[in-house]
Amino acid sequence: MAVNGGAMIEVRNVSKAFGGVQANRDISLAVAEGRITGLIGPNGSGKTTLFNSIVGYHPIDAGSITFEGREISKFRVPRIARLGMLRTFQQTRIYGNMSCLKNMLISVPHRTMGFFEIFGAHSAEELEKAEHLLEFVGLYAKRKLLAGDLSFGQQKLLEFAMALMNGPRVLLLDEPTAGINPTLINGLIDRLKRANTEFGITLFVIEHNMRVIMNLADNIYCLAHGELLAGGPPEQIQSDQRVIDAYLGAH
Amino acid sequence: MSPRRRALGIYGVIAAVSLAAPFAFDAYISQLTVLWVMVLFAITWDAMGGQMGYNSLGNIFFFGAGMYISAVVQIGLHYDVAEYTAAYGAIKVDFTPAQYFTGITLGTVVAAFGAVALAVVLSGVVFGLRGPYFAIGTLGIALAAGELVGAWDYVGAGSGISLPVFPGPPEDGERFFYFAFFVAAVLTFFFFRWLYGTRFGLAINAIRDDEEKAEAMGIRTRRYKTITWSLSAFFLGICGALFGNYNIFIEPLEVAFATVVFGIPMVVMSLLGGKGTLWGPVIGAVLYHVIKEATWTYLLGWQWVALGLLIVITVVFFQQGIMGWVQDKWPALFGIEVEEAPAEETPGTGRETP
Repeated sequence: MAVNGGAMIEVRNVSKAFGGVQANRDISLAVAEGRITGLIGPNGSGKTTLFNSIVGYHPIDAGSITFEGREISKFRVPRIARLGMLRTFQQTRIYGNMSCLKNMLISVPHRTMGFFEIFGAHSAEELEKAEHLLEFVGLYAKRKLLAGDLSFGQQKLLEFAMALMNGPRVLLLDEPTAGINPTLINGLIDRLKRANTEFGITLFVIEHNMRVIMNLADNIYCLAHGELLAGGPPEQIQSDQRVIDAYLGAH
Repeated sequence: MSPRRRALGIYGVIAAVSLAAPFAFDAYISQLTVLWVMVLFAITWDAMGGQMGYNSLGNIFFFGAGMYISAVVQIGLHYDVAEYTAAYGAIKVDFTPAQYFTGITLGTVVAAFGAVALAVVLSGVVFGLRGPYFAIGTLGIALAAGELVGAWDYVGAGSGISLPVFPGPPEDGERFFYFAFFVAAVLTFFFFRWLYGTRFGLAINAIRDDEEKAEAMGIRTRRYKTITWSLSAFFLGICGALFGNYNIFIEPLEVAFATVVFGIPMVVMSLLGGKGTLWGPVIGAVLYHVIKEATWTYLLGWQWVALGLLIVITVVFFQQGIMGWVQDKWPALFGIEVEEAPAEETPGTGRETP
């Protein structure tokens, strides 16, 4: 097990193509345990593809991905999720026809659950944890509403709470602030930081909002045209000429 | 009246009516018996289609498989099955009551677990399919099974198997089977009622609403799908074993793997009553059966047209079914709150200031 600050996820020379489109080319990066790592890049630069590769959504063409020292590039999504690596979706995915509370209870961790435990009822502790986390994201008063009736921003918060309910070791967030009212973004940044510090969850965040990611991340990687452009602390990335060019469209 | 007492009251009334019905409406006992078969069909189909979102058109396979497994076990206890079926009914079985009841019990138990074994084996094939492909794949299994059994001489091929007759007066036999199906349907209902209240119930609902998300959260979707199908198969196997004995004669296409008479109505009943709800399939089954019996009596010759019309109307205009409609209308009965004002962007507790 890596010590705090050691690499929790290591991506080495990963490539992925869809037909003729090279979405990721020879990408290497590391997500430090216990920290918040950012992933930025212009639209179409291959950020979500890289996320999908890491969580096992599709096989990679070349390279290796390790999670806590274990090769996972051949594993599929559910297995990787049970190892403790979860992701949220860019297009929020919640169970719209169920109440918020049920959404939370569905999300109890399945990695430790034995065969006969799946036929048990939800315990009082699980219920309490679900309510506590709903309060944490500010949705407690809406716990009995159908999740589909929430606004888009609230659904994102619910999805975040569901991920926390699962008690992951690392959480991959795909644009957590997209579509969220600007006045709520600060509250969300605060909650992401608290999830990191209080619950000890390592975060790997795709983000378009520069103000957010510079404020949030300890270390940032920038992709452009499917390749890794730069990596380093926020100050360094912010002043990196290649990153600025990529965002402003220079070649 | 508290919800608990109200529920007890409802169960009490249903139990009283069900227990008295075969005596009070003696002339309708065969229709009442098949009513419980239909209820069991609808509940077991809804576990797959309504609760887990996998619309199986092949659940009838387990009913037929259970029927044949039980028949082979019952005959095999006292005769050579191949010889028996080759004689085309020339061998008259003459069982003592003890032989009859041990046969039927053993046959039913083996049928239940045999159906589960078949479900587990088949799950490896069908759960690679999703959506309409799953529906057609399972339908293929049911149709193929009917044809295969129809060509299998050991179990009598197309000529079927005659089963032992109930030892005793026919009225006693009718009541015996009425109560056998009643108990089977009630056990099925309470089993699934319990199941839907566990973690398992919520997990299969998650598979129905967004399987990819469920996988992304680490739910072992394949395991849940296999278990749900197996549980459906278990109760359908029991039902099939009993039905073979009730019908005395079994054959592949019209009795065992009867897709049109039994297989498709499983779906229709659940849709009519409201799929994915506890009571929907039960209500749908009762309603469907009553309509079916009524059209058979008063619209003979047009009965399939009338039933077809019912299917079309349900699917086109009334997709949520009766219980689904009730749930939309009075969500509070189901523990759902609805916000009157449109949702705004502020989180609910008001404790945080963003």
